[in-house]
Amino acid sequence: MTANGILQIALYFVVLVALTRPLGAYMAKVFAGERTWMHRLLRPLEAGVYKVCGIDEAGEQHWTSYAGALLVFSALSLLFTYLLMRIQQWLPMNPQGLGNVGEHLAFNTAASFTTNTNWQSYTPETTMSYLSQMIGLATHNFWSAAAGICVAIAFVRGFARHSMKTLGSFWVDFTRCTVYILLPLAVVGALLLVSQGAIQNFQPYTTAATVEGTAQTIPQGPLASQEAIKMIGTNGGGFTNANSAHPYENPTPFSNFLQMLYIFIIPAGLTYTFGKMVKDTRQGWALFAAMSVLFFAGVAVTYHFEQAGNPNLAKLGIESAATAGQSGGNMEGKEVRYGIANSALFTVITTDASCGAVNNVHDSLTPLGGLVPMINIELGEVVFGGVGSGLYGMLLFAVLAVFIAGLMVGRTPEYLGKKIEQKEVKMVMLAVLVLAFTILGFAGAGANLGTVGSSLGNHGPHGFSEILYAYSSATGNNGSAFAGFNANTPYLDTTMGLAMLFGRFLMLIPLLAAAGSLAQKKLVPVSAGTFPTHGPLFVVLLVGVVVIVGALTFFPALSLGPVVEHFLMHAGRLWS
Amino acid sequence: MATTMTPPAADPVTLMPKKGSRARPLFDPPIVRRALTDSFLKLNPRTMMKNPVMFVVEVGAAITTLLAGKEMAGGAGVAGFTFQITLWLWFTVLFANFAEAMAEGRGKAQADTLRKTKTETTARRLIDGRKTETVAATQLRAGDLVLVEQGETIPGDGDVIEGIASVDESAITGESAPVIRESGGDRSAVTGGTKVLSDWIKVKITSNPGETFLDRMIALVEGAQRQKTPNEIALNIVIAGLTLVFLLAVVTLQPFATYSVAASGSGTVPSVTVLISLLVCLIPTTIGGLLSAIGIAGMDRVMQHNVLAMSGKAVEAAGDVNTLLLDKTGTITLGNRQAVEFIVVGNIAEADLADAAQLSSLADETPEGRSIVVLAKQKYNIRGREVAEHEAHFIPFTAQTRMSGVDLDGRRIRKGATDSVVEFVHEHGGTVPTELMEVTERIARSGGTPLVVADRDRVLGVVHLKDVVKGGMRERFAQLRAMGIRTVMITGDNPLTAAAIAGEAGTDDFLAQATPKDKMDLIKKEQAGGRLVAMTGDGTNDAPALAQADVGLAMNTGTMAAKEAGNMVDLDSNPTKLIEVVAIGKQLLMTRGALTTFSIANDIAKYFAILPAMFMATYPVMGKLNIMGLHSPQSAVLAAVIFNALIIIVLIPLALRGVKYKPMSAAALLRRNLLVYGVGGVIAPFPGIWLIDRLLGILRLA
Repeated sequence: MTANGILQIALYFVVLVALTRPLGAYMAKVFAGERTWMHRLLRPLEAGVYKVCGIDEAGEQHWTSYAGALLVFSALSLLFTYLLMRIQQWLPMNPQGLGNVGEHLAFNTAASFTTNTNWQSYTPETTMSYLSQMIGLATHNFWSAAAGICVAIAFVRGFARHSMKTLGSFWVDFTRCTVYILLPLAVVGALLLVSQGAIQNFQPYTTAATVEGTAQTIPQGPLASQEAIKMIGTNGGGFTNANSAHPYENPTPFSNFLQMLYIFIIPAGLTYTFGKMVKDTRQGWALFAAMSVLFFAGVAVTYHFEQAGNPNLAKLGIESAATAGQSGGNMEGKEVRYGIANSALFTVITTDASCGAVNNVHDSLTPLGGLVPMINIELGEVVFGGVGSGLYGMLLFAVLAVFIAGLMVGRTPEYLGKKIEQKEVKMVMLAVLVLAFTILGFAGAGANLGTVGSSLGNHGPHGFSEILYAYSSATGNNGSAFAGFNANTPYLDTTMGLAMLFGRFLMLIPLLAAAGSLAQKKLVPVSAGTFPTHGPLFVVLLVGVVVIVGALTFFPALSLGPVVEHFLMHAGRLWS
Repeated sequence: MATTMTPPAADPVTLMPKKGSRARPLFDPPIVRRALTDSFLKLNPRTMMKNPVMFVVEVGAAITTLLAGKEMAGGAGVAGFTFQITLWLWFTVLFANFAEAMAEGRGKAQADTLRKTKTETTARRLIDGRKTETVAATQLRAGDLVLVEQGETIPGDGDVIEGIASVDESAITGESAPVIRESGGDRSAVTGGTKVLSDWIKVKITSNPGETFLDRMIALVEGAQRQKTPNEIALNIVIAGLTLVFLLAVVTLQPFATYSVAASGSGTVPSVTVLISLLVCLIPTTIGGLLSAIGIAGMDRVMQHNVLAMSGKAVEAAGDVNTLLLDKTGTITLGNRQAVEFIVVGNIAEADLADAAQLSSLADETPEGRSIVVLAKQKYNIRGREVAEHEAHFIPFTAQTRMSGVDLDGRRIRKGATDSVVEFVHEHGGTVPTELMEVTERIARSGGTPLVVADRDRVLGVVHLKDVVKGGMRERFAQLRAMGIRTVMITGDNPLTAAAIAGEAGTDDFLAQATPKDKMDLIKKEQAGGRLVAMTGDGTNDAPALAQADVGLAMNTGTMAAKEAGNMVDLDSNPTKLIEVVAIGKQLLMTRGALTTFSIANDIAKYFAILPAMFMATYPVMGKLNIMGLHSPQSAVLAAVIFNALIIIVLIPLALRGVKYKPMSAAALLRRNLLVYGVGGVIAPFPGIWLIDRLLGILRLA
């Protein structure tokens, strides 16, 4: 690790902390329906949506209707995107004349974008028309992000409200989130990226002659507009196959800094929104602190091992120490313009959140450097996490932590004045089970299948890591990959599509059910006997529960993947 | 409003006081013997199924038994690995069963004692109010009238409608001192199975056979109707959920291992025995095995304090209580006003006032009267005198005159309520100094009662009677406050007096001139704010409030209606015990939390023991994870399984006794317990497993 690298990571965090409060407070106002400074500009749009769609702005929904609305909307938009890709050949805005997308790939992709996963089993430049990208995929970048935030807000309302049967209106929350939060951020974000050199056009691909004299096709397209929401909505689906490593998507170190910031601002801001909504911002900062601890732990491990590089290369006399002239470390699969620190940082951020955009090849990370993104996803992406999903995921762990350890203060568990009882616990455990079952179940089923084996880019433990990473990424709705893995096969497209849908919707339903039950409860007043959930002690406890519950579930699997690969690498045993 | 009751002498004040007469040693030999048998009986899968975690262990044990049998048929020795694992898996199940049986056994032993008093009792049923017929006690119905005389056992629960008798209630309360039961008032309730020691009473039976207090008590302590409490159910869901997660983690390890073995080209896929061992070590067996024992033991601890909890839910609710409603009289104060000061008016000598007050009180047997004699002796060394030699004529207190006194040697000394004595002085042509009113008002304002003393036409002064707050109450309320519990004093006194006493005792609030309706309203108001309320009561008019409160502790001396309405009955009739009940409730919840945390924290070490052992043949580098340096894969697995089983036995005393509880804020408690059971739970298994591994090596078992 270099001082320069550490300084850049520190700078990133300072800016993030500074943005958390203003954005969080703004979002709290938006969801409370209060007037903000954006109202003069955007209120007509919001009101227009209500009018056109026939939405009752003052409407309220029971958790079942709330969940129902979300599911119906997701199902319809999934179907729309699926159909669009299946007939894109006959539709406009397809200058390259790309053909229709095959059925299992179209299903996988539609599921992927609907669930905020943005796993890409395809190469965008040679598969998706501009129309499919913009109408089919970029729209989902807004919708799936808004849907995730809505669930988080509804879940928080479960704590913030009392003696109420409703959680708010999905349609209103969804509209406000899109209009007041995602749209302005995406516009400003896109313009900033354009300023750094990201492209935005509808031209056909450019053909250029390389220095060696061969012809090269350079893709074009409306890139910057998609790039911003790709990060802000923690979607991660790149316009190009190289994703954020592509110079058109992420041209400069500053654009790289912006992209990393885009990923975390809404998830970080939501912790403050949460604090505002439950009328105790210390509660929000406690979650923020727990997330930060896990974030720095991840960054430290990945940065350390990436900088340390592969000892076998060093033995061959290859210089891998950082010097003034070179970054050193494991540079395989990394862009020189980001170096080790910003690649490691990006990797951790994109997997802490459910973003999945990459600026380096995760498959080429050192074993333990690659262990971190995998664990991040398997913990449920609760370190700031996906937009909305990070907050509700962390709240799920908070409920669990309070339940397990809260008894130790001699009272039945309560969190934020709400008693945690049978129903909540059942729903929370259900959500935990869904995550574990989907990841381990699919990975276990696929581990010894020939069809999966032939997709692997590597053998040995690393091949196993590729399988585990793929299903973790799908279930966790992350979308990044150990890219040696060829996922575009009927079996993998289908099972991973299902994993994405399970990981998203089978988690949401129990959580909304728990929120519905919480909202109905009375508020227990705080006293000296109340389990304190805002101090450093709770932060430690929460981190402990996240790590232990998460790690205990996945440690056996991880030990056969990255852990053993690490030991083998140091023993000099390598795999093709 | 609850009327005055005379409590037993206050215990020295600690939050967890000495146990009542029902305390038994933790490992009472007869109970242990019975528990040993029961542990095997509980192996019945139908019983085990109620405990998902331990059921998984039993199924695992059954599978390895088959495997061990197969191995032995194939010629393997008894010391074989599979055989040893099987043995320890069965031990794990048995240890958990033993813990539960131990907890139950204590209740059963209690029930047996109670049952002895329920031997065939006969009753003398009254017909037409005069003649009696002898019937079996079991034939009595609610509404029957029975006559019980000296030496007879009261045949059923009821109310005394005529007569007065001293009754031995030791069968129920464990307290050998007899109590008085008489018709009318709040001391009219008698319990079936208790014995009349002197005199006779007529009792109206209030319960039908099988529904008597004794029946209910037996059922309760035996745990026959034991239902899981809400928190216990929720905790069961969590540990069952974790069990499922681990089941999944272990089941999928098989295909993962298959891949790895194929990839590395060496080693074998871990055997089913090893996979089951890993599973058993990971699932929360410690809390799973001890959970029901903790609950039963919690109820038992309440019982040892001579409180009968009608449900485990009530005990759990006690831990959650936010507001304690405490009757002033008998709970906060000793219940008797006592003389604390002689205040003279005019130019009377203080000793003269004391002398007159003492004289007038010599024949006064009320606690107030006695306290005046005591104070006079303490302050002025005025001794008790033999007044018989004088021409003494004592005038007793009546509700009409509202004063008492003595006529002696021509003196006419009176003491009593201010206006009565003032009138008496006026009648004798005397005048009242103005300063008297100042003094009496000052006393009233401070929460005391002024007792004016006069001799014919002369006002001598005032005796300050004070409601004496029990020693240590202030500290106790401070402790409760630290625990986040608000105390509210309930009294029939006027607000002025109430405020003074509440201030002196240190309660957070008070409810003065309280009617039963006021009390009810207060409870409802607190509950509407999300708070849980506990209260004590004994009178029939307390019954609605006792039923409304989340924890209603009825006094055994109280009426049947009160006992029916509350969800706990204090057999000692000591209302202060409400505080202990709260402490026990908290302790119960803390024990659950502590063992859950400990159980989950333990898993980390077990991974480090078993995972390298599993895969060292496939990937020899996995040996680097063997940070404990366990000497062979087999002994590592065995050591983890043995540790997992033994920790249950080690923790049985903790489960039965409850974790140590000192009143402090939640934040402080959490810090302490998280350190002991969380951090301790992570660390403890490392040396434990290492030690067992060494022993296995020395004994050449693996």
